[in-house]
Amino acid sequence: MIFKKFNIENKKARDLIPQAITVLALLSVIIYFATNAQINMGNRGISFGFGFLNQEASFDITFSMIEYDGSHSYGRAFLVGLLNTILVSVIGIFFATIIGVVVGVSRLSDNYLIAKVAEWYVEIFRNIPLILQIFFWYFAALRALPLPENGISFNDISFLTIKGWYVPKFIWTNFNIFLLSIIAAFIAIYFINSYATKQREQFGKQLPATSISLATLILIPLITFLFLGVSLTFEYPVLKQLSSTVYTYEGGVSIIPELIALALALSMYTATFIAENVRAGILGVGKGQKEAAASIGLNKNQILKLVVMPQALRIIIPPTTNQYLNLTKNSSLAAAIAYPDIVLVFAGTALMQTGRAIEIISITMLTYLTLSISISMFMNWYNKKMAIKEK
Amino acid sequence: MIKSIKTWILVGFASLLLVACGQGGGGSGSKKSKTLDNTKKAGFVKCGVSQGLPGFSNADASGNWSGIDVDVCRAVAAAVLGDADKVKYTPLSAKERFTALTSGEIDVLARNTTWTLSRDADIGLTFVGVNFYDGQGFMVRKNSGINSVNDFKNGISACTNTGTTTELNMRDFFNSKNISYEPIAFEKADEVVQAYDAGRCDTYTTDKSGLAAQRTKMSNPDEHKVLPETISKEPLGPVVRQGDAVWEDIVRWSLNTMIEAEEYGVNSSNASSLKDSENPAIKRLVGSEGELGAAFGLDNEWSLRIIEQVGNYGESYKKHIADTGILPNRGPNQLWTKGGILYVPPAR
Repeated sequence: MIFKKFNIENKKARDLIPQAITVLALLSVIIYFATNAQINMGNRGISFGFGFLNQEASFDITFSMIEYDGSHSYGRAFLVGLLNTILVSVIGIFFATIIGVVVGVSRLSDNYLIAKVAEWYVEIFRNIPLILQIFFWYFAALRALPLPENGISFNDISFLTIKGWYVPKFIWTNFNIFLLSIIAAFIAIYFINSYATKQREQFGKQLPATSISLATLILIPLITFLFLGVSLTFEYPVLKQLSSTVYTYEGGVSIIPELIALALALSMYTATFIAENVRAGILGVGKGQKEAAASIGLNKNQILKLVVMPQALRIIIPPTTNQYLNLTKNSSLAAAIAYPDIVLVFAGTALMQTGRAIEIISITMLTYLTLSISISMFMNWYNKKMAIKEK
Repeated sequence: MIKSIKTWILVGFASLLLVACGQGGGGSGSKKSKTLDNTKKAGFVKCGVSQGLPGFSNADASGNWSGIDVDVCRAVAAAVLGDADKVKYTPLSAKERFTALTSGEIDVLARNTTWTLSRDADIGLTFVGVNFYDGQGFMVRKNSGINSVNDFKNGISACTNTGTTTELNMRDFFNSKNISYEPIAFEKADEVVQAYDAGRCDTYTTDKSGLAAQRTKMSNPDEHKVLPETISKEPLGPVVRQGDAVWEDIVRWSLNTMIEAEEYGVNSSNASSLKDSENPAIKRLVGSEGELGAAFGLDNEWSLRIIEQVGNYGESYKKHIADTGILPNRGPNQLWTKGGILYVPPAR
């Protein structure tokens, strides 16, 4: 009866109560599972806690972007895994976007051959499970590479072998000054562009902003090399014999084949979906838009840049965000080919050595959630920037 | 109207959830053996094994598991359920194995698992014994010119399995020798073999029994050899969950029975004829003297069934490890009376 009273007289309360109860129920479920896990773990003599993160990890990792060896902590190992996940995701997203755009545009090409090749590419790569593609690139394609002593040489400064791709190492002097000059260049470019926009909007003047920006980006860092003592030398990889038939390269930087295979597989696979998004986006812009743009005297490049792309991007960005998220999450398949990402290093080795399944899996899930939400937020911001601004 | 019906359904659903939460709860940990009761009720022993390691736990083409680790589970099934075939096998990766055990997905883990202090004490597990004494070694190509671990040089790349003590021993070893190395750790043993076989790494390191077993999977086994040095102690044995003392004892004594049976010369073919033996130790093993099974809530023929259906340790070793050519020489896995270190407490 009392509820009925609420129902009729107080719409706000009526709307609020079920929601409150649902939240309460959800909380109870979570608390129930947490307590249950705690009781069961207690019964089995398993302690719960995150203290292990400060303990010495005592295992080594093939490839790390920060200083790491087994004497560092599990927390540091987590960071190594996280950075490796981010690295392969960024490389994957970068190449997937480039390949995706090129293939997407090619599918709309008037050239029959180009359009068909692009179509076959999309159909083949999106219909084979990703894990098989990873195995293909790792076990089949990379295995075809030669042993270090017969490595494929690029002008004797870089070598491609089954053990990895050895590239020269950059050795900087006064790197900080160089970094500052890059930042300065970007600030300058920002002002150049806003000035160009102002000129166009107020006086209808078209400034070659892109060319000027590019020149700035090259010129400012170049000055640091010439006058401010910045210099760059290279350390080249050199073949080293370990025993009668075992060779490796010393010096330089080794790009491990696991990273190459994973990045290749992820970008080739995800690019097919991005290509379809790009094609849909371009086709989604009405023909009338292009004709109208042509009729006010814009040239072909201007039509693409000022009329078609801004509208196509609005269709392309939201589904492409999903693909970026998928790529990041799919990078967790790395464990299959020994690329030391967060799943292999932290949810694999560290979990094994410490036995802290609940803590480690929770941290790993939260990490992926955070990564995904960050990408979503960035893409949503970009999407908003590209959306129609009603005036 | 429709909205308010929806609301009430929602409220009803939510309160149902609340009620459901109020019930349930609690956990295991009673003094009787819950695992034994559950096993009897289910009619099979839930056993965790490897994803395929010849000699230890390996499935044939028709899905039948065999190996000395598998025999531990078969012995438990024979003792508890009267039939060694009543085992449900769950293949587990190195990384999954302990979680599968602590979460109750399996009740016995017989998966060439190294007994270490931290595993025994820290994560809710109990090791019940050792069914294979092993040690970590290195495999290299015969033509590599590497004849000993002392020939390893800076920059060597080593493939291994992730989530094993191997990874840790490898670091200890290379650190102690002051050699910088490239560790490449795969999740599955098959991928380690493939990567090593193709030349991604210069050496493959794991337990020596594992190296011997995996060598049979290489494209050309004769091109590879195992270096003589052993860099670690790897006592491999079955594991149970902590907190069920009765179940722990059943698994421990199922294994001990197999070893003790070999010591007294009791095997699968002569066990039932030894009921009237002169030796009281043999009579206890075949169940014609004493009431040993009662201590676990089992009948008196539990150990006889193990010996008859699974065989003694020597038979198991011969069948799975020696006759398959993996390690024909028993080495430390020989009875203490014959110069090995297999020594179990007396069953009395």
